[in-house]
Amino acid sequence: MLSRRLIPCLDVRGGRVVKGVRFRDHVDMGDIVELALRYRDQGADELVFYDIGASPEGRSVDYAWVERVARLIDIPFCVAGGIRDVETARRMLHAGADKISVNSPALERPALVSELADAFGVQCVVVGIDSIREADGQWRVRTNTGDPDKTRALAVRTLDWIAEAQRLGAGEIVLNCMDSDGVRRGYDIAQLRQARALCKVPLVASGGAGEMQHFAAVFEQADVDGALAASVFHSGTIPIPELKRFLRERQIEVRDV
Amino acid sequence: MSDVAVVDAGGSNLGSVCYALERLGVRPRVVADAAGLRGARRVILPGVGAAPEAMRRLHEQDLVAPLRALQVPLLGICLGMQLLYERSQEGEVECLGLVPGVVRKLPQAPGIRVPHMGWNALRAMRPSPLLDGVADGDSAYFVHSYAAPVTADTVAASDHGGLFTAVVRHGRWCGAQFHPERSAATGARILRNFLEMDH
Repeated sequence: MLSRRLIPCLDVRGGRVVKGVRFRDHVDMGDIVELALRYRDQGADELVFYDIGASPEGRSVDYAWVERVARLIDIPFCVAGGIRDVETARRMLHAGADKISVNSPALERPALVSELADAFGVQCVVVGIDSIREADGQWRVRTNTGDPDKTRALAVRTLDWIAEAQRLGAGEIVLNCMDSDGVRRGYDIAQLRQARALCKVPLVASGGAGEMQHFAAVFEQADVDGALAASVFHSGTIPIPELKRFLRERQIEVRDV
Repeated sequence: MSDVAVVDAGGSNLGSVCYALERLGVRPRVVADAAGLRGARRVILPGVGAAPEAMRRLHEQDLVAPLRALQVPLLGICLGMQLLYERSQEGEVECLGLVPGVVRKLPQAPGIRVPHMGWNALRAMRPSPLLDGVADGDSAYFVHSYAAPVTADTVAASDHGGLFTAVVRHGRWCGAQFHPERSAATGARILRNFLEMDH
């Protein structure tokens, strides 16, 4: 049976891992490779590296650290941030990334998703979505969330974009619920359940993890394939081996390490 | 010269496979033509992407006949394993025909997402040196939308809306549907078993 995945997310800026609260006020969390290896040893199922400076600054991630990580770790990892064309994606995959995730550039030019799927197969193509609940009760997408001054609100409804992204060739959706991000009050179950109903490909929940119970809730109630978190893992508040024991006791399938 | 050849057929996991071999103390050589295969003791065919494109590349590189004529063990990884079979439903393409069977699309069902992405348990179907030191139920990392059915050649199966072949061996032709290069200790063990097995 397929295991539910626990995915530490490492926000990368200037070659270091950082973490902010509600996408602001970033603090240094440590060296990329050091953290990657630590998570591998703890039993993380996958890693995501978000170069959060890349999209707002209009540049792509650099490849050197991708290769450094790829040489050392033996679990899959995904790279996100500033990938806006097939050539950049190809270099990233050749450097050793297993998947590439596109967010703002895919919203700006949705054909990018199809181009990537055609070139590498849907299994490499993750569409990341930053979503926020607006005054009318609808969830809508945001772009360039790595830099609050450059963040833009689009008229696109999150659920419509999830359907469209799959049609274009997304092999996985990572839904980052911004209202919950960094505040540790739990994943946005209501939104994720609606996303799940539309999502035929793997769905990863992001934003809001604060306690072990939050992980159990999102797997049980929103049936997501993976749960992504940053601060609770980086700070050591939730050690991954303990979290896996907790989930297994609740009959949630996780990988033994 | 290294005696482990990794075929560059355009698969984007080429680098990761080479790094995994390096972690085992093997420095593979990357080959793109028939001449490169000469003298190899083991050949690995990685692959990520779509079957028609991958077969087109193997034809273009004049690698189809030399791969079929190999006298040493070959390990296909992910798409590389699917290419060992007779045909793939993906683009209805004729593959290498080294292992009997046809690769089919994984069926989508409630709760069964395609692509099959993540860690899934290996279930041993018959004894094989490829599984030395691998316990029944150990997990490996899968990312794929097509799979081979369980046949007499299946060494290990995995379950995603039904059993499919996770590890295959037909004489010297071996394959892993998952990514051993990204399957932690279990993957490393299977790679090492392939490098060390008798044939």
